[in-house]
Amino acid sequence: MTENTPNSFRNQPDERGHFGDYGGRYVAETLMPLVLDLEREYRKAQADPEFQREFDDLLEHYVGRPSPLYFAERLTESLREDADEGMGAQVWFKRDELNHTGAHKINNCIGQILLAMRMGKTRIIAETGAGQHGVATATVCARFGLPCVIYMGATDVARQQPNVFRMKLLGAQVVPVTSGRATLKDAMNEGLRDWVANVHNTFYIIGTAAGPHPYPELVRDFQSVIGKEARAQMQDRIGRLPDLLVAAIGGGSNALGLFHPFLDDPDVNMLGVEAAGHGLDGDEHAASLLGGFPGVLHGNKTYLLQDEDGQITEGHSISAGLDYPGIGPEHAWLKDTGRVEYTAITDEEALDAFQLLCRTEGIIPALEPSHAIAAVAKRAKQMPKDSVILANLCGRGDKDIFTVAERLGVEM
Amino acid sequence: MSISPRLSSAFAKRHPALVCFLTAGDGDTAANLDALVEGGADVIELGMPFTDPMADGPAIQNANIRSLGNGTTTADVFAIAAAFRQRHPETPLVLMGYANPMIRRGPEWFADRCETAGVDGVICVDIPPEEDEALGPALRSAGVAPIRLATPTTHTKRLPAVIEGSQGFLYYVSVAGITGKQQAAQASIEEAVARLKAATDLPVAVGFGVRTPEQASAIAMVADGVVVGSALVELVAEHGSDAPKHLKALTASLANAVHNARKASQKEENA
Repeated sequence: MTENTPNSFRNQPDERGHFGDYGGRYVAETLMPLVLDLEREYRKAQADPEFQREFDDLLEHYVGRPSPLYFAERLTESLREDADEGMGAQVWFKRDELNHTGAHKINNCIGQILLAMRMGKTRIIAETGAGQHGVATATVCARFGLPCVIYMGATDVARQQPNVFRMKLLGAQVVPVTSGRATLKDAMNEGLRDWVANVHNTFYIIGTAAGPHPYPELVRDFQSVIGKEARAQMQDRIGRLPDLLVAAIGGGSNALGLFHPFLDDPDVNMLGVEAAGHGLDGDEHAASLLGGFPGVLHGNKTYLLQDEDGQITEGHSISAGLDYPGIGPEHAWLKDTGRVEYTAITDEEALDAFQLLCRTEGIIPALEPSHAIAAVAKRAKQMPKDSVILANLCGRGDKDIFTVAERLGVEM
Repeated sequence: MSISPRLSSAFAKRHPALVCFLTAGDGDTAANLDALVEGGADVIELGMPFTDPMADGPAIQNANIRSLGNGTTTADVFAIAAAFRQRHPETPLVLMGYANPMIRRGPEWFADRCETAGVDGVICVDIPPEEDEALGPALRSAGVAPIRLATPTTHTKRLPAVIEGSQGFLYYVSVAGITGKQQAAQASIEEAVARLKAATDLPVAVGFGVRTPEQASAIAMVADGVVVGSALVELVAEHGSDAPKHLKALTASLANAVHNARKASQKEENA
C-alpha cells in the first residue's frame, strides 16, 4: 500500500451521517431525538447475529432470494447486430423483478419493519409514488400484523389505481395527498407531518436511500444484498467480476444496493441512469444529479431540482418511480468523487428499451429499469464482445402496461 | 458581532411579549405587518415561503402556496423586511422558514442580506443543532440571532446542545406536531417552560396551536413570550385586502391578554 492509495469508497457515511458534504440530519427538532434513537437501535441490530439471521431467513423464504443472475443472450445478440466488428458486450441481469411484490423495494421494507419492531413501534407509515414502495410496505405490515398508513399524492392515486387496490387488499389505509402538486414529494411532506405528530408510536419506512441519517445508510445496507449476491454469482458463473454495472436511479436505492459491494473493485465501472423525461434541455425531467444543484430537502443535503431561490421544482418522467426532485446523498458524493458515472435516458428511449426486452427475452420490465436497459443498449455497442455488463432489473412491468399502452396509442 | 438590542429589549419589558407570524408575500404584507404592530405585537416573525413546508399545517401551507403563486422571491422577502425596518425602527423582526431557500446562495450571502435588511433573528425549522454549521456560524458572525426550537421530545440530556449557540430567544414548540393544529395541555406547557428556564437565561417563547386570547393569557402566566401564527394567517386568507383591520383587532385582543396576564392573576389573588 502506498500513501496515495485512495480511502475506501465503502466507509461512508461519517459518524454524523455525512457523505462528504451531503447527507446529514436536516430535520425538525421534534424528530431529532427519534432519529438518534433509530441510529442507536440500528447499531445494536447490526451487532446482533439474531437480527441478521431473521433478515436473511425472511429474504430467502418470504421474498424468494437469492434472485437469479441471468445472461440475456438474445438481447446481447440483438445489440451486436448494429455494433462494429468485435464489439457488443455480454449483457447480464440481476433479476430482482422476481422478488415477492415484483421489485427490489421489499428488501428494504423487511429490514425496516424488523427495526421498527425492535424499537417497540406499533404503527407504520410510508410514502409512495408509483405505489411499489407502498405495496411492499403494506405487504410487510400484513405479514407482521402492524397497522399501516400510506401517503400517496392524489395525482398518483388517480393514475396508479391497481396499486392503490393492492395496498387496500393488504390492509393498508391509503391517504391521498392533495397539498402541493399532489405527487411523491408532497406525499413525503405529509408522511413527515404524520411522523412529527406521532413520534411516540410510529415508524416511518422510507422507500429509498434518502432522508435523515441513518436512513440512507440503512436502506443501502438492506439493499446491498443485491450486490453481494451478484458479486458471488458472477464469480461463480464466469470466474470474474463484471466490467460495468448499470442501474436506474430515482432516489437511488436499487443502484446503491448493486453498486456498494463493488465500490472498492477498481476494475468495475458503474453507471447510474437518471430519468431525462422529455430531455435535459428543458424543465421536464427528473435528473437531479445532471440537472440539479445541491440543497436541503426531506432531511438530507443532496442534489435537488430547484430554482435560483431554492424552491423545489417538480420532476417529470414517464416512470412514476423516478419522478422525484431529489436523490440519495451517497449518489451525490459518488458523483462528486467521480467513482460512479451518471447519465440520463429520455422517456422515448426507455419505452424503446422496454419493448426491446419484452421481445428479445420474454421479460416485461418496469419503466424504471427500462431506463437502465436503454443505457445498456448504448454502452454495449461501444464495448468489446468479451466484456461484461451487469444491469439491475429492479422491477417487473405489470404495473406499467397501462402507461405504456397509452403512450403507444393502444386502447385497453 | 453582537446581536441587535431590539430582541432583548422586546423581552425585557415589564410584561411577556406577543410574537406574531405572517407569511411574506401572502396579501399586502406591508399593510398586514403594520396592523400587527399597531395592534401591539412585540416581535414580528416573517415566514419565508417554501414549496415544501413540512412542519406546517394547512393554514400556513396554503399561505406558502398563495405567496409563491404571487411570484414571491427571496429578494421580495428581504425588500419587505427592509421596508418594515424603515417604518418600524424599534420592532424586532425575525425570519422563519426552511433551510433550502436560506442556504441556496450560501449561508454568508443569506446572513449578510439579513443584516442589511435589519433582520434580528432567524428561525430555521430543519437545521437542528447537529447541522448548525450549515447556517449558524454565518448568522452569528453577522450579528443575526439563530433562534432554535425546543419541543416536547427534546429531553433534558439533549437540551444543552439545543441551547448552545442559540441567541435571541428559545422557541418552545408546545406540541409534537405541525403548526396550527392541536393545542397543548396547559400543565405540560408549564412543566416544559420551567424545565427550559432552569437550563437557560434566554427568554422562552411558546408557540404552535395558540389561537385565542384565553390560551395566550394562560401561557403568558409562565412564558416570556407567546407566538401566534395560523390564526393570523387565516385572517389574511379570509379577508384579503380587508385583512389589516381584522389582524389589528385580533392582535390587540391577544396583546391585551398576554401583556396583562400576570396583572389579572395578581388581582384575582389579591381579591
